[in-house]
Amino acid sequence: MEIFDLTIHELHEKLAAKEVSSVEATRAMLERIEAVDGQVNAYITVTPEQALVEAEAADRRIAAGDVAPLTGIPVGLKDIFITKGVRTTCGSRILENFVPPYDGTAVAKLKEQGAVIVGKLNQDEFAMGSSNESSYFGPVKNPWNLECTPGGSSGGSAAAIAARTATATLGTDTGGSIRQPASHCSCVGLKPTYGRVSRYGVIAYASSLDQVGPLTRDVTDAALLLGAVAGHDPKDSTSVNTPVPDYVAGLAAGVKGLKIGLPKQYFIEGLDPDVKRAMDEAIALYKSLGAELREVSLPHTEYAVATYYLIATAEASSNLARYDGVRFGHRAEDARGLKEMFAKTRAEGFGPEVKRRIMLGTYALSSGYYDAYYVKAQKVRTLIMQDFLNAFNEVDVLLTPIAPTPPFKIGEKLADPLQMYLSDIFTIPVNLAGTCGISIPAGFSAAGLPIGLQLIGKPFGEASILSTAYAFERETQWHLKKAPL
Amino acid sequence: MKITRSEVEHVARLARLELSDSELDTFTGQMDGILAYVEKLNALDTEGIVPTSHAVPMENAFRPDQPADSIGVEAALANAPLRAESFFRVPKVIE
Repeated sequence: MEIFDLTIHELHEKLAAKEVSSVEATRAMLERIEAVDGQVNAYITVTPEQALVEAEAADRRIAAGDVAPLTGIPVGLKDIFITKGVRTTCGSRILENFVPPYDGTAVAKLKEQGAVIVGKLNQDEFAMGSSNESSYFGPVKNPWNLECTPGGSSGGSAAAIAARTATATLGTDTGGSIRQPASHCSCVGLKPTYGRVSRYGVIAYASSLDQVGPLTRDVTDAALLLGAVAGHDPKDSTSVNTPVPDYVAGLAAGVKGLKIGLPKQYFIEGLDPDVKRAMDEAIALYKSLGAELREVSLPHTEYAVATYYLIATAEASSNLARYDGVRFGHRAEDARGLKEMFAKTRAEGFGPEVKRRIMLGTYALSSGYYDAYYVKAQKVRTLIMQDFLNAFNEVDVLLTPIAPTPPFKIGEKLADPLQMYLSDIFTIPVNLAGTCGISIPAGFSAAGLPIGLQLIGKPFGEASILSTAYAFERETQWHLKKAPL
Repeated sequence: MKITRSEVEHVARLARLELSDSELDTFTGQMDGILAYVEKLNALDTEGIVPTSHAVPMENAFRPDQPADSIGVEAALANAPLRAESFFRVPKVIE
C-alpha cells in the first residue's frame, strides 16, 4: 500500500513509530497530486514549499515525542478557508488574487496539531452549486468516472480523498455541500450541528446554514478530524460553548437496541433503483446488527428546497455585498464613478450561479416581497425543525439516501437550475434544522458509480451518528474500494 | 406571479450588478421558474408560527471589553486594488 493510500489513523501510527517521516508522506502526496490532479482538477492552489516546511516541523515535533493525531498528516482545505499568506479564492474570479492576512480558527487548530497543508481545493464559486461546475477554476472531475461531476460544493475536497491526493480534507456544508460530494466520491463526509465548529475565517455564503466539517476515507478519521476542529470560539458569536466529546472513544458503541427512523418522505417513488437497493441492503444490515428500524414522518420535507433557496439566497445577497472592489479582490477598470465601479466589478467578478442567487436573494429581501418570501420561509423553517424534533422523540438516528441518483454527467443539469437545486432535496432539511448528518459509502450503481447513505442525528448528536456509521463500516467493504485512477 | 424583465433590471440595480441583455433575459426566465416553484410555500398555513432566523437559540455572545491588537494598517491595505498612503483609493463619489 502506498503512503497516499493510508488513512489518518494508519499514517499516524507509522509516523509515531517512526516507520515513515512526515516529509516522506508529504512528498508522496505532492507527487500523487502532480501525477493525477491534471485529470481531476481538485486543487486550485498547491503549496509544496510551505507543506515541506510544515512537514519538517512536524518531524521535529515527532522526534521530541509530541505526536497529536494530526501531526505530520497531509491535509487539503476547501478554498473557502482563509489561510494566512496563501491565496484564497473561494472558487471565484473576484478573489482570484486575494491573500489573507490571518488563518481562520479551524485552520489554526489544524496547524496547532502539526497538520501539513498541501493545498487549497476546488469548489463551486462561493460554495454555490451541487456539481462543482460553477468554479471559476473549471469543473472538478469525479475520480470514479471523469465524465461525471464529483458533486458540490466541496467537490474538490471529496475528489481529493477519492483520488488519494490528500489524506483528509475540510469542507463546508450549507445545503449538503459536504455530504453530497462525499456520497458521489465514496468517502465519509460529516456535517456537524450548527455551532459545533467555528466559522471564523470561513468565507460566508449563508451564515445561518454554513457549517465546517471533515471529508475522510473512513469513519474513524471523520471522528478524529471533527474532534480536532470542534469547540467554542470566542471569535465566532454563533459557536456554541458545549464540551467536545472524545468522538473516537465512542465509535464502538454499536447499534444493538438503537432506534433508527426511516422518514417515509425520503423513500419516494422516483428514487433511482440502484440507490433504493443500497438503502434496502443497509436497512437489512442494521436489522441484523440488532437495531430497531421504524418508519417516521417528516411532513414538511417537500417544502425544504423552496425554503432553502429563499433563506440561503437572501443571506448570500447580504454576505456578498462586501465584494465591491474597494478593499480587496478584483476591481473593474475605467469605471466612471463609484456606483459604476461596484456594478462593473461585480459583473466581471461573479459567475452566473452567484449572480442568479444574488438576484433571487435581493428580490426576496426587497420592499414588498420581504414578508411574502423571506419571512414566510423563516416560518416554514420552524415547521421543518419541529418535524425533526418530533422524529427524535421517537428514534435516536434517521437513515436516508443522500441523493436521489448516483453522480450525474458534467453539463447534464446546467441549463436547468431548478433541477440542479432539487438534487439536494435529502440534505437541505438537515441544514435548515441545524442538526448533524453524515454520509458514508454504501455501495455502487450498476455503472460503477458511488452511492452514499445518510445518518441524521439529534442536535450535537455527532457521537451517535459516528458510532452508527462505524457499525456499518465494520461490516462492509465499500470504503475500501479505490477509484480507478 | 410572473416576474417581468423590468423587475429583474430593478433588482439588478439594487444588487449593484451590471447585467447584459442576454443575462437579463436568462435570469428573467430562470427566476420566474424558481419563484413559481417557491410559491408552493403558500400552500402552508403559517399563521401563528414564529419565524426561525437561527437554528441554535442563543443569547447575545459577549466577550470581555479589553483592547487587543488588530491586523494593522499595512495588512489591512495589502489586498487593496488601489491605495493612496493609508487609504483605499476609489473613483470619484460625487457624480
